[in-house]
Amino acid sequence: MALYSSVIRDRFRRPRFHGMLERPDVTGEDVNPLCGDRVRIQARLADGRLTEARWSGDCCAIAAAAADVLLELMAGQPAALAREMTPASLLERLDADIRPSRMKCVALPLTVLQGALDGQEVAR
Amino acid sequence: MNMGEKTRRDFPILSRVVNGYPLAYLDSAASSQKPAQVIEAIQRYYETHHANVHRSIHTLGEEATELYESARDSVRAFIGARHREEIVFTRGTTEAINLVAQVIGRTLRPGDEIIVTEMEHHSNLIPWQMACRDHGAVIRAVPVLGDGYLDLDAYRRLLSARTKVVALAHVSNVLGTINPVAMMAEQAHQVGALVLADGAQSVPHLPLDVASLGVDFFAFSGHKMLGPTGIGVLYGRREVLGRLEPAWGGGEMIKEVWIDHAQWNDLPWRFEPGTPPIAGAVGLHAAIEYLGKLGMSQVSAHEQSLTAAAMEALARIPGVTLYGPRNPEMKGAVVAFNVEGIHPHDGAALLDQRGIAVRAGHHCAQPLMKRLGIAGTLRASFSVYSVAEDVARLADAVASLRSEL
Repeated sequence: MALYSSVIRDRFRRPRFHGMLERPDVTGEDVNPLCGDRVRIQARLADGRLTEARWSGDCCAIAAAAADVLLELMAGQPAALAREMTPASLLERLDADIRPSRMKCVALPLTVLQGALDGQEVAR
Repeated sequence: MNMGEKTRRDFPILSRVVNGYPLAYLDSAASSQKPAQVIEAIQRYYETHHANVHRSIHTLGEEATELYESARDSVRAFIGARHREEIVFTRGTTEAINLVAQVIGRTLRPGDEIIVTEMEHHSNLIPWQMACRDHGAVIRAVPVLGDGYLDLDAYRRLLSARTKVVALAHVSNVLGTINPVAMMAEQAHQVGALVLADGAQSVPHLPLDVASLGVDFFAFSGHKMLGPTGIGVLYGRREVLGRLEPAWGGGEMIKEVWIDHAQWNDLPWRFEPGTPPIAGAVGLHAAIEYLGKLGMSQVSAHEQSLTAAAMEALARIPGVTLYGPRNPEMKGAVVAFNVEGIHPHDGAALLDQRGIAVRAGHHCAQPLMKRLGIAGTLRASFSVYSVAEDVARLADAVASLRSEL
């Protein structure tokens, strides 16, 4: 298995869920202290489901691809599903041989999304 | 045969194969590799001479003490210090700077100022932040200009009677800039400030004479100069070191002890509580002998030619941005760069796939990254064993980075 799988390269070059939303219901943002990478995720919710989500940030190809497949997996799904997701679920989708030193890159978008949705529930 | 081709045989690790390629180790600024002479000296020490130093009245204890103290003499001569009391062994550069910051910190008063530069490694910034926080002093930073040099006019304006310490890198671990330490130290002394230079990136690469640099303190690590990890050096000018209180207490740093007080030991042991890194000192001694045989002027010339070749080759690749001075004579043995559209960590991972080891990220210099407006860089760095082929392989691999991702 390649370090940079065809999935990672494809998502890095042509992300499907990259961008910003106008009037998002939730926004999350965090930094990877290892490299200073920053990922932001915005989402709109209706009836407890993610109706639309976009990611943006300044990050490596692995974090970018992880963010993109995460938002694809979550599209139209109940927000509660985000809490059940693990880096392993993203790894499977990325089809890549990620070393332990880069697992934080995979996990970052997930913790950002989970943090954003947690905040939302508290606000309600 | 040039220096790199000759010395490579002494470094066992350089025969490793990484990801199917012969290792091209271009991360010596983070930590250098070790020649067999250093590895064997440490092994010989443990196999034949090891015991605790200074306190053991038996043959091995005397041998170990002799080896430890002769390592101090070799360091003294290597960096051009006048007295052996000026050489304090530490765990590394970071511990040496923390020692000074802690001891000097206790003398700071609210409103006092510490001057650093924007290109400092975190190890020459955070200890000063902590000292300032604890004693109400303030940090000021000399700005870095666009060409990678310090703004020396701004430095002169920052100096005042409030300045207690000027702490700066001798050579930047990112830009490679060789700072004019001697001149800056002279100016600092005119306002009564003490000067600490972080020599982690200069001692392994440049001929050095601390006495003529005129600094009060000079810190460096063994592991970046072909020696082992866990050993470093704090040079302190005798007149300054002699009037400072110890940083830490323990055995060996005292002359006589009562239940409620103690009398401090002489220099340099006053600053070396506990059992020191004896094997580390032995290994550092062997590393100094190895570098001494090569000659630091020759080491510097060898690395400068590789730095120049790397900058030239990388600058020709579309999308590559170089950071730091363009004149290789004004630089240490590092080249920091970015490739447009490629995150440094992706770049380093892809280079590793071809057996090329480079550093990526902020290089423990986040304020400098903020100044440059970037999150991080790739960084190739050189040592005595680096060869032109390493540079050629790096340039080839960098040229194809954008097509690989």
